[in-house]
Amino acid sequence: MKELFRRAPKAFTPGEQTPDQQTPDNMWVKCPSCGELTYVKQLRDNLKVCRCGHHMRLGAVEWTGLFDSDSFIEHDGNITPLDPLNFVSPKDNYAQKLRESQHNTGLYDAMIGGEASLMGQPLQVTITEFEFIGGSMGSVFGEKIARAAERAYELRVPLLTINASGGARMHEGVISLMQLPKVNLALARLGSVGMPHIAVMTDPCYGGVLASYASVADIIIAEPGARIGFAGRRVIEQTIRQKLPANFQSAEFLLEHGMIDMIVPRNEMRLTIARLLRLYTTRDTSAAPIAADV
Amino acid sequence: MKTALTAWDKVQISRNVQRPRTLDYVRILCDDFFEFHGDRRFADDAAIVAGVGRIMGRSVMIVGHQKGRDTRENMKRNFGMPKPDGYRKALRLFHHAEKFSLPVICLIDTPGADPSMESESRGQGNAIAENILVMAQLRTPLVSFVIGEGGSGGALAIGVTDRIFMLEHSIYSVAAPEASAAILWRDSSKAADAAKTMRITAQDLHEMGIVDAIVPEPEGGAHLDPENTVRKVGDLIMNSIEELSAIPTQTLLDQRYQKYRVIGAFDTLTTNQHGNGEPLVFP
Repeated sequence: MKELFRRAPKAFTPGEQTPDQQTPDNMWVKCPSCGELTYVKQLRDNLKVCRCGHHMRLGAVEWTGLFDSDSFIEHDGNITPLDPLNFVSPKDNYAQKLRESQHNTGLYDAMIGGEASLMGQPLQVTITEFEFIGGSMGSVFGEKIARAAERAYELRVPLLTINASGGARMHEGVISLMQLPKVNLALARLGSVGMPHIAVMTDPCYGGVLASYASVADIIIAEPGARIGFAGRRVIEQTIRQKLPANFQSAEFLLEHGMIDMIVPRNEMRLTIARLLRLYTTRDTSAAPIAADV
Repeated sequence: MKTALTAWDKVQISRNVQRPRTLDYVRILCDDFFEFHGDRRFADDAAIVAGVGRIMGRSVMIVGHQKGRDTRENMKRNFGMPKPDGYRKALRLFHHAEKFSLPVICLIDTPGADPSMESESRGQGNAIAENILVMAQLRTPLVSFVIGEGGSGGALAIGVTDRIFMLEHSIYSVAAPEASAAILWRDSSKAADAAKTMRITAQDLHEMGIVDAIVPEPEGGAHLDPENTVRKVGDLIMNSIEELSAIPTQTLLDQRYQKYRVIGAFDTLTTNQHGNGEPLVFP
């Protein structure tokens, strides 16, 4: 294997992690869409969906509740980012940014991966953590999806990716960009054994995530109102010098333009994915009794 | 002095309006060439030119970004920024190349994929992703050459190949320097700083092991001696096609898998992470 760097990348010590920070149950949360205040506990009981229907973002660990209880087993929880470019600028210091994000999220990087079961059906999963540098896709992110896809290939089980990302991790430069083909190569291999990749796009899904695995998943599910696109809204507005329609790049806009398969509200997500998995993994249940007769 | 060039100098050279573009390569290298048009779905995107030609006695598929040299041509070519239709034309011709066992040569020279409402509406992200997925599995040798700007996903959409080469003063980046500066510091005027910090030169990429080889340019840049530069590029491309064509297809695909699989900078610790928060209870 070719050595990736002639100079050893700057070693990077992950920051100290804090135990789970409990939010007091009596705190109010203001919905960014309708402005209404809801108790934290009430909001959590409703999967962080406001009464107005606005889906607030979930953290990676919160999403693990989607699976059968205690079925989620994390893999590759020990891979940590490096600072390959030695990224230091007057306004920005990658190593420091990593340390802060690790402190705030309790994660080494913007993704967790592992195995789980959903209504009894085994699958491999990856979940992004948007609070970690905007869920951006760098080396660890790419490595974890590639490994999850490779495990799914070995075990012949489906892959589920739950996504919220602003795009490629700028601080790892072109190495981040090269995670796109790395991930898609692994997914192509998974596809070759007839195992589906189901992508859930939550708010937001932009850039590298869209331009690699998420938009070519076998089944694409979006949450209501999720913003999904290749180029950011600001970039497009600057380029064309006019205001874009309000629903531009919304999940509803993408459905209308044929880019996603369905929009599924959060409280129906578990059942929807379980039903889909059943259709693909046990394709002909009528065959069993007939075979038994012979 | 060549060695004194900064990253930003190289950005300027890579964008020089007289720098040889895809059609110059076609003109200088091909004994015969037909440009093919259209994605058979919506349009023909002039930001990507593609077709079949013959170089040094071998039939090849050529796919490349095409920038213009004046305002009028740049309007037509959209400054070398393809729309989904351009990528889907490339995709169609990748399949075509596989069907007829033609090696594929991709010439990369784009500031990035077109960011516009129409491109978004027709699935820019999907078009790029689809190409990456198909190139990953294409059963024919692929070679890419960054001849100018390698701008982000817009470049990668024709850049997943068995060999990646760059001209000495070309660049390859996760986002154009202006865009990088805007994303990182909300200030696109800091593009020169971004160019330096983000290590986007051919030499940087070679050092990182991403690029297989660099072809030197005449002092001052390829535009000062296009003919010779293009021929040197052609020699390297055809040599590697020769070499790749001798490899059994499955081995070629396995090597392609490995080539990208090993790219990444991370460490493996003995301790595991444990994220904050509690799982929610889904019905």
